[in-house]
Formats: sequence, C-alpha cells, structure tokens
Amino acid sequence: MNFTLKAWRQKDKNSEGQFATYTATNITPDMSFLEMLDAVNHDLVEKNQEPIAFDHDCREGICGSCGMFIKGRAHGPQKGGAACQLHMRSFVDGDLITVEPFRAKAFPVIKDLIVDRTAFDRIMQAGGFVSVNTGGVPDANAIPVPKTIADEAFNAAACIGCGACVAACKNASATLFVAAKVSQLALLPQGQAERQQRVEAMLAQMDKEGFGSCSNTYACEAECPKEISVTNIARMNREYLKAALG
Amino acid sequence: MILDSKIPDGPLEKKWDTHRFNLKLVNPSNKRKYHIIVVGTGLAGSSAAASLAELGYRVTSFCYHESPRRAHSIAAQGGINAPKNYPNDNDSVWRLFYDTIKGGDFRAREANVYRLAQVSGSIIDQCVAQGVPFAREYGGLLDNRSFGGAQVSRTFYARGQTGQQLLLGAYSALSRQIHKGQVKFYDRRDMMDLVVVDGQARGVVVRNMVNGELETYIGDAVILATGGYGNVFYLSTNAKQSNATAIWRAHKKGAFFANPCFTQIHPTCIPLASEHQSKLTLMSESLRNDGRIWVPKQKGDKRNPNDIPMEERDYYLERLYPSFGNLVPRDVASRRAKEVCDQGRGVGPTGLAVYLDFADAIQRNGKAWVEEKYGNLFDMYQRITGENAYQTPMRIYPAVHYTMGGLWVDYNLMSTIPGMFVLGEANFSDHGANRLGASALMQGLADGYFVIPYTIGDYLAAHKFKPVKEDQKEFTEAKKAITDKTERLMAIRGNRTVDDFHKELGKIMWEYVGMARNEKGLKKAMTMIADLRKQFWSDVKVPGKANDLNPELEKAHRVADFMELGEAIARDALHREESCGCHLREEHQTEENEAKRNDKKFAYVAAWEFNGVGKAPKLHKEELKFENVHLAQRSYK
Amino acid sequence: MGTLTNIYRSSVGKKFVVALTGLFLCTFLVEHLAGNFLLFVNDGGASFNEYSETLSHNVIIRTIEIVLFLAFFFHILTATTLWWRNRKARPDSYAQNQKSANSTLASRISFLTGSIVFIFLVIHLRTFFVPSRFFPSENPSMYTLVVFAFSNGWYCLFYLVALVLLGYHLRHGFQSAFQTFGIRGKNYQSLIEWIGVIFWLLIPLGFATMPIYFFWTTHFGG
Repeated sequence: MNFTLKAWRQKDKNSEGQFATYTATNITPDMSFLEMLDAVNHDLVEKNQEPIAFDHDCREGICGSCGMFIKGRAHGPQKGGAACQLHMRSFVDGDLITVEPFRAKAFPVIKDLIVDRTAFDRIMQAGGFVSVNTGGVPDANAIPVPKTIADEAFNAAACIGCGACVAACKNASATLFVAAKVSQLALLPQGQAERQQRVEAMLAQMDKEGFGSCSNTYACEAECPKEISVTNIARMNREYLKAALG
Repeated sequence: MILDSKIPDGPLEKKWDTHRFNLKLVNPSNKRKYHIIVVGTGLAGSSAAASLAELGYRVTSFCYHESPRRAHSIAAQGGINAPKNYPNDNDSVWRLFYDTIKGGDFRAREANVYRLAQVSGSIIDQCVAQGVPFAREYGGLLDNRSFGGAQVSRTFYARGQTGQQLLLGAYSALSRQIHKGQVKFYDRRDMMDLVVVDGQARGVVVRNMVNGELETYIGDAVILATGGYGNVFYLSTNAKQSNATAIWRAHKKGAFFANPCFTQIHPTCIPLASEHQSKLTLMSESLRNDGRIWVPKQKGDKRNPNDIPMEERDYYLERLYPSFGNLVPRDVASRRAKEVCDQGRGVGPTGLAVYLDFADAIQRNGKAWVEEKYGNLFDMYQRITGENAYQTPMRIYPAVHYTMGGLWVDYNLMSTIPGMFVLGEANFSDHGANRLGASALMQGLADGYFVIPYTIGDYLAAHKFKPVKEDQKEFTEAKKAITDKTERLMAIRGNRTVDDFHKELGKIMWEYVGMARNEKGLKKAMTMIADLRKQFWSDVKVPGKANDLNPELEKAHRVADFMELGEAIARDALHREESCGCHLREEHQTEENEAKRNDKKFAYVAAWEFNGVGKAPKLHKEELKFENVHLAQRSYK
Repeated sequence: MGTLTNIYRSSVGKKFVVALTGLFLCTFLVEHLAGNFLLFVNDGGASFNEYSETLSHNVIIRTIEIVLFLAFFFHILTATTLWWRNRKARPDSYAQNQKSANSTLASRISFLTGSIVFIFLVIHLRTFFVPSRFFPSENPSMYTLVVFAFSNGWYCLFYLVALVLLGYHLRHGFQSAFQTFGIRGKNYQSLIEWIGVIFWLLIPLGFATMPIYFFWTTHFGG
C-alpha cells in the first residue's frame, strides 16, 4: 500500500509550525500506524532529514504516550484503541492521511506531533489519590466492595491519560479525564475520606490549566481508546454539587 | 573483591525480621537532611520514591517519559502473587517461596525469595488501600486466579490490566508527594551516567530530552529502577524506549552485572507478522488457565484449525506434563513451542506459531464467561491480527519478555557501588534463571514499598557524606564524557540508521543467544556483535542536532549500550556450561530435553566486573547456598 | 453567599447555572405555549386578550417575570462566558476534524442556535411584549398584534426558522442539563430522552402552528 502523508512539523514550542507532505511506500496492511511512521522516518533519515518526532512507547495501547490526530480523529478512524493499535488495514490504498498534534492550549506542542500533557499530572497531583502512607493499612479483605461497584470503578480507572478526550472535545476540556479518576475513588470505600476535597481540587486545577469546560457533546467518550463512559462525568458533577453545597 | 551478599544468619523465616532489627535507623527529623535520587517511575521507582518521601527524605525522581504513569510496568497484564490463602487452597509463604525458587530453577538466593514471599501480602493490602480496583467475587471479597508454575490460586488481578492499576496506585502515591513538594519530579530526562565521588554514588547526569542539555543532580544515595534490558533483542514485549543505558553505564562505573544471560522468553505472544514489525505484543499468561495449547500431529498440516479433528491434534503440554498441563512455567512452555515448530508442526503463515484454543472453555462455561475474564485480551488479539479468537484459535509464539539478570545487589538491594541501590527488574535479585508469572509486579513493589525504605536508612545512617558540588571534577568529567560521546555519534554521519543496527543486533541475539544456545553459536554471536559494534561506530547516521529534541540521538545512545550488553549476555551464556530455567544450552539437556543443571559447578551468581569495551570482564562468583530446599530436577509432570 | 460565588467561579459551577436556568426556561416554554393556544379559541381573540391582560397585571406573574428575565440574563451571560473560555482553550484549530464521527450537530452548535434564538427573542419581545407592556394605550390588543405580525410572510418564515433552531437548541440542551446535574442512570435515561422529545419536537411544533395558522387564514382562509 502507498499513502500520502501530510504531517505537522514544528521545530519547538516557540516556533510556528506547518504541514509537510511525504509519501509512505511499500506499507503492508498489518503494519501499525506508528510502524508506517517508522518507515517514513527511516526514509527521511536516509535522506539526511530530521524524522517526524512523535511520542510512543509501549505500542500496545496502554501507556497512553502516542496521542495524535489522524485523519481528523483522535487516534485515527477506529473505535476503542490508541494510535499504536491502529493498523494500516483501516485505510484505503492511496489515501491522503493528515496527521497533526493534539491541539489544546493546555497541551502545548513541544515538537512535531509531540505535545506536553503534564497538565494531566498536575491535575492528578491536586487530588487524584487516596492519602495513605506505605504500611499500616488494613487487610485487603477487611472492606468488602460489591463486585458491581468494583467493576464500575475499574471501568473508570482504565483511563490511560492519553488526552484523546481533550483532543476530540470542541472545548478542549479535560472533564472526562478528571471524571474518570474522581469516579473511581468516589465509588470505592477507600476514597470516601477525601471525596469532597478531591473533586473540588481536581476541577479547580483543570480550570487553572486552561482546559475548556464540558458542553456534553460526548465526543470524548466516542474517541476514548478505553471507551470510558460519560456516566462518569454525571457522577463527577453530582460529586461536585454535593461537595460545593455540603 | 569478595561479593558480600549480607544475607543475615538464622533460620530462613527469621532472617528478614532479624535483619530489620539490626538495620540502623535515621532519626525522623534527620531524614529531611538526606537527598535521594530515584531514576525510573515504574512500579519499583514510583513506590520507592513515594515511600521514601513519606518517611521524610527529600527525593528527586526522573523518567524519560512525559509522565511517571507511562513507565512500562503499565503494560503488565496478568496479575500479582501473594500467598494470602484467601481461596483456602493450602497456600502459604513457604509455598510461594518454594514455587518461586523452584520456578527459577534454583538459581536465586533463598533469603531474598523468602523475604519477597513474606512481604507480598502487604503489597495487596497497600494497593487496595490506595484504591486499586482488583477483581472481586460477588460477596465483595478479592478474587484470585491461578498462574503458570503454581498449583494454587494466589494471583490478584484487575482484569487484564493489573500492571496499569498497580502503577496508577504507585503513581498516585508519588503524585501526592510531588504535590507536597517532598518529591521533585523531572520528566523527559534520560539518565546518561552515574556520578561516583570518593567511592560513593553521589549523583547522576541526565539529558533533558526536550532541549538536549545535560543536567547534573546531587544526592546522598542513588536508586536505579530503570527496568530490564530485553530490547537488546530489538523485538521484545518491552516498550520501544525501554533501555539499559542507566544500568549499563552504572556497570561501566563499577557496578557488577549479574547473570546477564538469564533472559526470559514468554510463551504467549502474538506471532511476528512481518519484517516491519517494531515490537511484539504479549498476551497475558493467564490465558493458559482456560486456553489449551496444541499443534497438528501431522507436519505441515495447513487445514483450518477448526477442521482438524480432535484425534489429529497434539495437546503437547498436557501430554508431556499431565499434572501442570498448560500451566507449566514460562521457560518450559516456550521451549516446547519452539520444539514443535522446529519439527515442522508450527501453524499460521510463517509456521512459527502454536494454537491457543478456547473452544473447550467456551463450550463448558459459555462465551460470556470467557468474555468477562479475557475480553480485553481477545479484543487486543483481534485488533492486531484481524482474527476473532472466539471463533478460531489464537496463534501464539514465544518472545523476549523479561530479564532476570541485572545489576548485582546485596540483601539490602545495594550494588557494588556504595550508595547505589537497584530495584525491580533492573536488579538480578529474586527470580533466578526464570521468573514465574505475576512475580515481576510483586518484586517491583516489594522492593519499593517494603525493602528499600528500611535498608537505605541503614546506609545513610552508617555513612558520612561530604558536601559535593556540581562543578567538581567528578560531575564535570562525567558530563564531558557524555558530550564527547554524543559528538562522536553525531560526527560519524554514516550510511545506516540506528534502527538498522538495532535490528541486526536483535537478529544475532535471537538466532544465537535466544531460546536455545550452544557453544558454537555463542562464540559466533560474540564475534558478530563485536563486528557490528565496530560498524556502528563508523557507519551510523544520526541526523539532527545534539541540543534539540532528537529521538535518533536518544536511540543511538541506547543502541550503543545494547551493542556492549549483547556481548555480555553471550559471554555469560557461554560461560554457564549448564542449562537452567530460561538458559538452555543444547549441550546440557536431560533425555527428555529438559534443562539439565550442574549444581556442583554452577550453583552461583555470575557477577561480571566491567573491564573496558571489547575486553573480557572479570567474573566474580557468589555461591548460592540452599539450606532449606532440596535441589531437585524440576518436574512439572 | 461565599459558597455560591465560589461555585459560580468554577467552570462546572457555571454549567450548573446554565443548566438550572435552562430548565427553568423550559418550564416557561410550556406555560407560554399553553397560554398561546388560547389564540385558537374561536372568539375573535377575547380569551387570549384577557389572558395577556392578566399576565400584565397579576402581581405573582409580574414577580415571576423578573425571575424569568434574570434566568434569561444568567443563561445567556454564563453560556457566553463559557463559550468564550472554551474558544480560548483551543487557540489553534485542526486542519482536518471529523467532528461528525464523534458527536451530534445539535450538541456542537448549541451556542450558535442559542445566539440566533436570542436574536429571535429580542425581535419577538419588540413585536409583542414591549408594545403591550409599556405602551398599551398606543397599541391595539395582543390578539390584533399577533394577527398583524403573522400576516407578514417574512416574519413567519423567520419565526419558523427560529423555532427549528430552538428545537435544535433544546434537543441538546434539555438532556444536557440533566447530565450536568448528574442525573443519569440506566433506569431513567430513556425517560429523560422521551421527555426531551416533548421539548425539542412538540413544543417548537406547537409554537409553529400559530404563524402557520394565522398566515394561512389571513392570506388564503376565511
């Protein structure tokens, strides 16, 4: 298969970026999108040009590194998977593929397709934890958790922090990301003690980072590689309302 | 130098307690005066950084990712062991100890393994308290499943994403300490060297991967928790950027490297589809609980697997090992898969695969049951291969997964460089010649949560620390050496990309230093690697600039180290004239083609001292004493 | 009061305000529509005029009217603030963005539909509310105003377009308000959606009958 690749090139945070067009030749359908980029980069290096920089690591859809906007979609045209799990069989031979970085004020571009998502870490630092020190905790089976609750908490906890929700949202909102963590810990008995402060602190940090707010388009859920449900957003809103008024 | 493992005296069950009592303490108000550097934010690094910060130490933490949460511990799927005996199937600390030491084919320290088994229960408690959503029964209590190499169910899991959930737990603890200012965290930093002052590890040189600047950081102790070196093989289940640079450069600064040839090939990976493939994907070993492994009895049988009748299938693991069946340890399962493929009975387009079949499980318990337990793995398989494993059996093949070898550490997890501690996969400590499933997460968290917080205090309390400055010669020289190396790499302007070299190295490693090794092949590999290394240093092409975000330069530094480490693996494999665990020397097999150990000659840890690139390192031996287990030929029949 | 201003300062707090005022305005629509159906009573507008007279003079109604205006004010002000902030959250737009693959048009253009409905509202008030409330002596009865306004084809067309957009606005807004309040569950989600249909489909349709009826009767009818 052969493709025309229109890729965003940007030297660094402070430079202006622009698109450059490349051709990807001899691509096989079983190659992943990132492997296709590897092939294009290999050609670029051979021609003494700088390869297209992109974040990636585990390449099995769990580390959350590889966020990019492919053909107008966060992580490309597939449901429930990260860019590294997107295979070229999802495209038609000869396709023009536009690839650009996730765009949000809170995710500044560092280089080419690499963006800085440390805003997510700062949101987590604001309250995405249970304040227990190592040691001195009760036996794991001391507090039973109904299976349905545990499963629901797991579904929320599955977030890989890739930022697709922000990228897809027309408001560049991080609401689903925050809601997933708030939900997980609000559902579990372990998270009860800090339930109120957590939701307030995390949402305040989200606002501070310059993310937009949720206008319930649910694009986040549709593009989330872990298919995290917007039910979590409803739950978080409830949590916030309770915390704010209680 | 005589290696002192510092294993405490006394009965096995008492060793850790006695040792803890004998460890010196740092007064709570003095802890803030000590500064500890932690490199790596996987399970071991995050848990260590968080736990030490909670105690009051000042911690500086680094990772090459943009966020601590992206470390490759995140990809561990199956679970984490602890002998809680919740299922009442007669598990105990002793049994986990025994299974682990036997699974490692008697090449690990009894004392370390016993301690690991002892603290593993506390890990589960800790993680639950952090809000890790482990799988539960309908009654609300924790669920367990069984895993390879054990006949009890002691594995705690969070669907197929246990590593992710545990790492997010440790990451949340770390985040809390970052927020408090107790941990200073630096993202996108590649550790380039260790700085040793007056024989003590006192700092690190890191490269800021965004602007290419070299930065130095000072500490009173340095902890490396930088993971394994499986990427020497190019294709592995490791993350693309997992690398050995931190441990290898520490090795070059004086830390001994132990048992480098103990590299684990995991049996249940998705087979290679094409030359372009950049990495291999593991599917949790837990699949072996309910999936049955088979190949056709006939060579070259290209029929659709569903058309091959029962009597023409060879469920070879069940046939060879009636009591463990499909749940034999990883090394055995991998080797047998290679064997049947070598016989020409492999399946799939390449013939390098065996079937992992869920038809029986689906018939017995229904599709919904299988979906509930393994759904995400089936989805992953379909995404990669385009095949529906509910309808047609999965194809699997072994792939490099984990490295049991690593920097040598004593019972306190300190390397041969005073003040440098090594945790998790980066050290060699607990798994011997083969790691059992669901033990890596256990070890990483044991080291970080429950071992290092005690043992590091002993080191700090017992030593004096002269003030050091970033402009003193040890630091400036270390920095200069890196700058020179970078300039050398960039000045070559050769014809081949870094990846080309890496792929070639990987092929040599897989061919000659992979699942089965022999003298001739290993010698050949060593020559080939030395040649390739020469070519690398004269013909590699690194575009871009040094003072910029430059992925090719990052890779070049890493591959340069792999080129040296690969040779060390081959050398270690060549010297170990026995088979044990994952290390199979074709010359040393039983009549049934099982690994044949030589306990008289090789019941030791091979710890190598670096002597210069291309020069033979010096071998140091730490004898392994087995006072509590009987050294038996492993049998899973 | 400190708590309330703190809530209002946060983005989620602002969403609560938009949702709360939005739902209140929905109840107003029901009342407004119900009252307007008096236009169809075959008495030459007597009932309708009487009804609109009552509205102008009843103390309770006048009080609610103030609340209503405040609701409009805060709904519009807060939504605009959020919209402005959300725009700033993505300063650079995508070269290619397949929004339709992940969201409905109604949800994406809610601010646009709202803005046009707002313009409609101003004109609507100018046509009916302002003359009858502030200059009653200079103007004919409300019924006459209605008949006159809807005799104009362009006015009717504008009215209908605005109603379609109102439908779109409510299609997203109604269920969205419940989501914002965290009222979402598998047991009553479909109930919310069905009630939503009443709002985004039946209410605009109900209002649409009026211009159509009067335009028709003026030009082609009796």
